Amino acid sequence: MAVLVVAEHDNASVKDATNKVVAAAAAIGGDVDVLVAGSNAGGAAAAAAKIAGVRKVLHADGAPFAAQLAEALEALIVPLMANYDAVLFPASTTGKNAAPRVAAKLDVMQISGVSAIEAPDTFVRPIYAGNAMLTVKSKDAKKVLTVLPTAFKAAADTGSAQVEAVAAPAGPFKSAFVSDEIAALERPELTAAKRVVSGGRALGSSEEFHRVLEPLADKLGAAIGASRAAVDAGYAPNDFQVGQTGKMVAPELYVAIGISGAIQHLAGMKDSKVIVAINKDEEAPIFQIADFGLVGDYRVLVPQLLEELGKAGV
Amino acid sequence: MKIIVPVKRVLDYNLKVRVKGDGSGVDLANMKMSMNPFDEIAVEEAVRMKEGGGGHSPGSATEIIAVSIGPDQAQETLRTALAMGADRGILVKAEGEVEPLAVAKLLKAICDAEKPGLVILGKQAIDDDSSQTGQMLAALLDWPQATFASKIALNGAKANVTREVDGGLQTIAVDLPAIVTTDLRLNEPRYASLPNIMKAKKKPIDVKTPADLGVDVSPRLAVVKVADPPKRKGGVKVKTAAELVAGLKAAGVI
Ligand SMILES: Cc1cc2nc3c(=O)[nH]c(=O)nc-3n(C[C@H](O)[C@H](O)[C@H](O)COP(=O)(O)OP(=O)(O)OC[C@H]3O[C@@H](n4cnc5c(N)ncnc54)[C@H](O)[C@@H]3O)c2cc1C
Ligand SMILES: Nc1ncnc2c1ncn2[C@@H]1O[C@H](COP(=O)(O)O)[C@@H](O)[C@H]1O
Repeated sequence: MAVLVVAEHDNASVKDATNKVVAAAAAIGGDVDVLVAGSNAGGAAAAAAKIAGVRKVLHADGAPFAAQLAEALEALIVPLMANYDAVLFPASTTGKNAAPRVAAKLDVMQISGVSAIEAPDTFVRPIYAGNAMLTVKSKDAKKVLTVLPTAFKAAADTGSAQVEAVAAPAGPFKSAFVSDEIAALERPELTAAKRVVSGGRALGSSEEFHRVLEPLADKLGAAIGASRAAVDAGYAPNDFQVGQTGKMVAPELYVAIGISGAIQHLAGMKDSKVIVAINKDEEAPIFQIADFGLVGDYRVLVPQLLEELGKAGV
Repeated sequence: MKIIVPVKRVLDYNLKVRVKGDGSGVDLANMKMSMNPFDEIAVEEAVRMKEGGGGHSPGSATEIIAVSIGPDQAQETLRTALAMGADRGILVKAEGEVEPLAVAKLLKAICDAEKPGLVILGKQAIDDDSSQTGQMLAALLDWPQATFASKIALNGAKANVTREVDGGLQTIAVDLPAIVTTDLRLNEPRYASLPNIMKAKKKPIDVKTPADLGVDVSPRLAVVKVADPPKRKGGVKVKTAAELVAGLKAAGVI
């Protein structure tokens, strides 16, 4: 049995999601190798080699991998699969984009968003916005999975695997990078943060969203998230969206401010350890899952919370 | 340019999901079914390409074909697409779950016959939450893909597509024909007007079977069980911010 993990990285280092997917691969069993496909990604390959339990790191370097183009990843990964029984991608936008291409080329039915591994061929995943948990057994010879990083505990950085260069497919590919707008992160990454502060439609404007959430996020060392309504209205960028069709988060502390708690939002945060809700409507569904509910106007309550956190030495 | 828009009939997103007592699946009996919301966005974008709007010049699309794979009742979903502005429909009749890989194979067979310039799918079906079909179809056709689109600019033999990605936005250029999957911010889908709903009744729907298309749709995954998620107990309502901070301290999260 050999399992390939496709690393999530920024060329310089690997994201915490990679360590979590390695943990999922270890649960399947057998040898675990990590693929770093990047552009000048020596740093990321070296970082992947430190993950405990990794046999070796395959490092492919080429310009199309700077943008993680799905066509290039398919061309790289499909031939490598001759040596592997399973390939695991993080359920990130990159993983979700590329994995099904690989699966289709291998004639395998992919299993998306795996949250638990019951056996090397049996997996659990949420469906219907997390309102049901599906357990499936795959009859395909090879497995292609995307894994919910939040559901697995990160493998430690105590390993020392070898890095092996693999040739990057030359192309040309039928898609090409044009441009991107990737904001520099000033705060912890949303999906990896220990604390998350999220705002909803109640915030009413982009200025208000930032004015209210930033001081609280700063105080707590938290990442900032948002509901779909806040993103659609332009209060927050698209990559802040938490939920069924946004990001899955599971921090130790999740603070929902002016968010009603639609099932699509809950799908993305209900596995948080402690949930706090601030909402002026005491009937808001978010209170049904919140560990601590504070009923009232956020304009009054958030400043009070900041003050109390200060008094408590946070 | 011909555009194909696959539309899936799913449990309406407003409804509460009930897991069946015997663990075999989710209860869909007598429940309201609707078009997958991401597919409404896909139909809307195609219609704008035909009529003009959303940055597209009129006539960018010449014909829009809505395709659904599902039971007879999926015709209702096709009628919704036709009422929004699609020109004709294709129903591939199949009972029970058809997995994304099989859906992609059926769609490939239809693309081989219809030769569209663009296929616009939803980024994800809100029932199975797979987010696979578009990418699989792209691989089977050896076409480029632009998933999670929030903007599409047609540009001759190419399309520039802005994608919603984890760090923000990414724009890529894809050669046509291509596969695009829609994200929430691409557009706001219209409601079909009554006259258009009436007109849609006269638009043609072609009915096929997987056998007609030469595709084996038998599932690759065996359902072991479908269960309720772990239930989260509601906690307490606190009266003041001070009480909240004390609670968070006691819980060890600050
Ligand atoms: C296909 C699809 C996918 C979706 N995906 C997602 C997703 O991934 N993530 C997501 O979040 N949503 C998603 N949604 C949308 C979801 O259904 C809800 O519409 C959305 O989550 C609502 O956002 P909200 O809670 O901010 O707004 P609302 O539901 O409008 O809630 C605002 C809340 O603020 C409270 N409030 C107002 N003023 C104040 C005040 N001064 N002080 C305190 N509280 C106040 C109100 O009582 C209310 O509860 C999706 C929907 C669809 C159809
Ligand atoms: N049975 C189906 N009939 C028509 N289109 C489908 C079907 N299943 C999936 N699709 C299309 O594929 C998209 C993604 O679905 P999925 O891969 O299941 O998340 C949907 O938004 C539809 O556009």
